[in-house]
Amino acid sequence: MNFITIDKKDWAPGIDKSRKTFRVYGPVEDENGCQIKPLAPDTAPKMDAPVTVMSAKSVLFPQTEKILTATLDESKQDHHVMTPVETDDMPRVVLGIRPYDAKAVQLVKLNFDNPDYQDPYWCAAYEATTFVGLGVTHPGPCDFSTAVGCGPFSEEGLDVLMADMDDKYLAKILTKKGENWVAACGFDTEADPKESQVLFDVLRKEAEKQIQTDLATDKLAGKTILDLYDAPFWDDVAFSCINCGTCTYVCPTCWCFDIQDETRHNTAVRFRNWDTCMSSLFTHHASGHNPRGTKVHRVRQRFMHKLKYFLDKYDQGIMCVGCGRCVASCPVNIDIREVCNRMNDYETTK
Amino acid sequence: MENPYLPYPVRIDDIEVATEDKSLKTFTFVFVNPADEEKFAYKAGQFAELSIPGVGEIPIGIASSPVEKGFVKFTVFRTGVVTTHLHNMKKGDLMGIRGPLGNWYPWDKLENKNVVIIGGGFAFTTLRSSIVYMLDPANRKKFKNIDVVYGARSPGMLLYREELFDWEKRDDINMHITVDGTDDPDWKYHTGFVPQVVEDNAPVADEDTYAIVCGPPIMIKFTQPALTKLGYQPHQIIMSLENRMKCGIGMCGRCNIGKELVCKDGPVFTLEEINQTPKEY
Ligand SMILES: Cc1cc2nc3c(=O)[nH]c(=O)nc-3n(C[C@H](O)[C@H](O)[C@H](O)COP(=O)(O)OP(=O)(O)OC[C@H]3O[C@@H](n4cnc5c(N)ncnc54)[C@H](O)[C@@H]3O)c2cc1C
Ligand code: SF4
Ligand code: SF4
Ligand code: FES
Repeated sequence: MNFITIDKKDWAPGIDKSRKTFRVYGPVEDENGCQIKPLAPDTAPKMDAPVTVMSAKSVLFPQTEKILTATLDESKQDHHVMTPVETDDMPRVVLGIRPYDAKAVQLVKLNFDNPDYQDPYWCAAYEATTFVGLGVTHPGPCDFSTAVGCGPFSEEGLDVLMADMDDKYLAKILTKKGENWVAACGFDTEADPKESQVLFDVLRKEAEKQIQTDLATDKLAGKTILDLYDAPFWDDVAFSCINCGTCTYVCPTCWCFDIQDETRHNTAVRFRNWDTCMSSLFTHHASGHNPRGTKVHRVRQRFMHKLKYFLDKYDQGIMCVGCGRCVASCPVNIDIREVCNRMNDYETTK
Repeated sequence: MENPYLPYPVRIDDIEVATEDKSLKTFTFVFVNPADEEKFAYKAGQFAELSIPGVGEIPIGIASSPVEKGFVKFTVFRTGVVTTHLHNMKKGDLMGIRGPLGNWYPWDKLENKNVVIIGGGFAFTTLRSSIVYMLDPANRKKFKNIDVVYGARSPGMLLYREELFDWEKRDDINMHITVDGTDDPDWKYHTGFVPQVVEDNAPVADEDTYAIVCGPPIMIKFTQPALTKLGYQPHQIIMSLENRMKCGIGMCGRCNIGKELVCKDGPVFTLEEINQTPKEY
């Protein structure tokens, strides 16, 4: 069974049925716009929501997360010995995730799950999560996912990809995890695989056609890090940036974090929190020395990391899935597409 | 799955004031669970995260040497939140150590080579680890000449003074100790800045000579031309970088210079490698 149809009137009851085994996340709209959140028992995901303000990364990588604790009570035998907070292994499903956000998870995985170290918190959450994507039939004006190896119907990182067919969803089951979720919901109306694939292809092509982008990344790999770093345009790129960090928080592929301790009564807790390379404190030494002491350094770091260091390090494309959130959210309209093209087109005169 | 954020529990076994102004202390730790000592097997040049529950973690170079067993040592300069808290702790207190982290000086490559060690200020910790390692009877024959240039502001600011003066008496290591200035009339060693002492005393480089340089940025900056004058090529100059760190395992993303993460791909790099990255250290 690799294609099924889900009648929309069966959708909410099916999701409710799956709650026995899954914690359910999906888009909801509130006073802060649209967000991916845990769905309260009687709420259905808002599948026709516009792109969520924040990506889905927080499902695996919460904005703040306890990692270790210790008691400081010296009468206890194990005082001052840190122990891990239990990882959260409860199966969960993210409904209506955009395909580029699922691909972003695969890019972030390169960082948290590598041959040398595996981050136990992220990896446990990843193992436990099923991603049910919804193809984007009307990409927004900032979407440039097709230019970066992704797209409105990209399957990478998804367990199920669905397409909205008015009164029903057509769903392509991509993995074992996807099968399990479908079974938990009781969705079992098989669809003809050949016909369904043709339908998907038509929808994909129509959606891709709507994305207008002239973004080019083809020449980035051939340039040296130092040539790009020393390029003359960084002052200009950074000029209007206020280092607010919004672009990094909304980005599905940004993973930098800080580690901080807190003590309440006799309990010490070590947290990790999202951090941003746009902050001068990010690299500030205790001595006062700061290797990225100016805003130009920091703006350059963000673009160099996404568009060059990551590319050179992993050889898996750039660290951007083209969701356009940073473009839409930046208060001063800094546009990664323009910066990327400047880097791609840059020829040294040396 | 191993949890790379989880420190080994350790007990503070000894605290020594290391410099006359009391800004540096050397902490000796023993592992609460003896089996952890084996898991912590390290090489000279690596660092660890000293972890105080409820206060925070700091990356600190390992000052003890792999040939010293039963304890690990770190020398810490008091400067901010965690280092100040640590300076106020007592013998017997419990805390944690996470590591060993990062790479080390290229000991395989240095075999059968002349090694020149150049250090300034309190960046002498992993150099001490290295010297003790090389002078160990089992290792000394693996290296040709060993020269050490080490400088501090004043005699009382030199770390590990007793060991320095012991090494000074040996004939299998050439010590060039220097201070910026002193009013001690009995001072038997050099006065002057490290770069000048290097230029005047360090051996001229042949292809079998390597220099390891650790110190404040200003010292490193002026030592490079001195080494170049003596014929050292960028691949013969080995340096250890200190960027601000948190995770120490290449995940939190803050310590990079270009695509290298100083905590995981470093902290030890050759000048040749550093010359190919942005100078963000
Ligand atoms: C590889 C390496 C080896 C080091 N070896 C030594 C050593 O042997 N002896 C020694 O005294 N110091 C050493 N340092 C510097 C030491 O880590 C900082 O002085 C220390 O982190 C300051 O912490 P703080 O909490 O007191 O300062 P705060 O300013 O309160 O800093 C808060 C936090 O920021 C981070 N941080 C701030 N400055 C630095 C810095 N320069 N480097 C790394 N992280 C920083 C730490 O996570 C710290 O907990 C080393 C640094 C690195 C990277
Ligand atoms: S959102 Fe815009 S202004 Fe804010 S840090 Fe990013 S680039 Fe700068
Ligand atoms: S860099 Fe911008 S467009 Fe690219 S993935 Fe991040 S938020 Fe989306
Ligand atoms: S300290 Fe976290 S990546 Fe280097």
